[in-house]
Amino acid sequence: MDITVTINGQDHTHDVEPRTLLVDFVRTKAALTGTHIGCDTTSCGACTVLLDGVPVKSCTVLAVQADGASIMTVEGLKDADGAHPIQAAFKEEHGLQCGFCTPGMMLVGHALLEQNANPSDDDVRWAISGNLCRCTGYMNIVKAIRAAGAMATT
Amino acid sequence: MFPSAFDYVAAHSVREAVAAKAEGGDDTRFLAGGQSLLPMMKTRLANPAKLVDINRVPALDTIERANGHLRVGALVRHADIARSDLPFGVIAAAAPWISDPLVRNRGTLCGAVAHCDPEGDWNSVLLATGADVIATGPSGERAIPIADFIVDFFTNALHVDEMVTEVRIPIPVGRVGGSYQKLERKIGDYATVAVAAHIELADNGTISRAGIALTAVAPKNTKVPAAEAVLVGNAPSDVLFAEAGELAAQASQPRSDVRGSAEWKRNVVRVFTRRALAAAVVGANES
Repeated sequence: MDITVTINGQDHTHDVEPRTLLVDFVRTKAALTGTHIGCDTTSCGACTVLLDGVPVKSCTVLAVQADGASIMTVEGLKDADGAHPIQAAFKEEHGLQCGFCTPGMMLVGHALLEQNANPSDDDVRWAISGNLCRCTGYMNIVKAIRAAGAMATT
Repeated sequence: MFPSAFDYVAAHSVREAVAAKAEGGDDTRFLAGGQSLLPMMKTRLANPAKLVDINRVPALDTIERANGHLRVGALVRHADIARSDLPFGVIAAAAPWISDPLVRNRGTLCGAVAHCDPEGDWNSVLLATGADVIATGPSGERAIPIADFIVDFFTNALHVDEMVTEVRIPIPVGRVGGSYQKLERKIGDYATVAVAAHIELADNGTISRAGIALTAVAPKNTKVPAAEAVLVGNAPSDVLFAEAGELAAQASQPRSDVRGSAEWKRNVVRVFTRRALAAAVVGANES
């Protein structure tokens, strides 16, 4: 099937099998490897993308289901001025160690801040509760997401 | 990890979806949120020959109060329910505890109900509230009481050419409260044990209606009529809740597994039933 998915504002049209997962479409067809495959069993959230603005696990969505939809991946966070506030905050607050979960954490954090620019620690912990950090570096991830919110509102 | 190859149809109406299912038979599955079905297909626990995707069917994403019922359409996501101010009692209480935030953005109540996984949360909530499942087939729709809809482990009462288009939960007229007590190892894990409680209070403060159902402690979600019966007609009290908890524990059939021993789980049922009833009555008094 020919499908067209808009990823970070750019249309990607490819012929895919129905069983192609969205994460594989993003990584293999669109060659955007910032989206990671971690557990591949709907547990870890490393494959998080925003599907029409909503965080989802792209290992558990078929690419054909995203035909005509708009996707944002971690690569979409970078704007013309350089680092996005959430990227700058992760750097500043040491919000990453090995970096594997980071794309998912940043996208979930970004989606949260779009809804609530000034979240509490609990709000952030709740929002990232579907994303696992194997380095267990959660404290600084929470700090980074809150710092990004503060950065954007000041 | 890919699923095995399958044919894919994106339906644009219920009629089209039902026709595709009728044509495909047992080897055809509906795809809504896919948060249980796709992982099962990736691990080959499910191998449908065809998927009928209903995500492009209009008007199935409606959640509303109409004709004395809370109506939840087949494309209403768990997150929609958690965000909405229409749900009451145990429905509102359970919504934030379904899986994790990302799965809630995608998965649907109706899909989870049809899935009939005994570790799933919604079927206990529906048993406690006395909901109906609306099944639509080629000749129209029928309402199936949830207790009849849940046949067994991963088995529902749908005919081969029917789809779940809606769930209808009766809205009580008086004071109502509910609670969903869920023990899980981590967010996103299945329940180790969970208890759904639904309470309606009469004007004189006694319990006029009670619903109690258990998750993950039997081959299917389990309603506990014996515990409900001791509550109705009586004034809420800790002694009464303890008695109901004991009856719920007796009705449970937990199995020892990686999440804990059967004996310990049965005790969790005992304690959580008590807590759920106490929280439900607090909610009813505030409603």
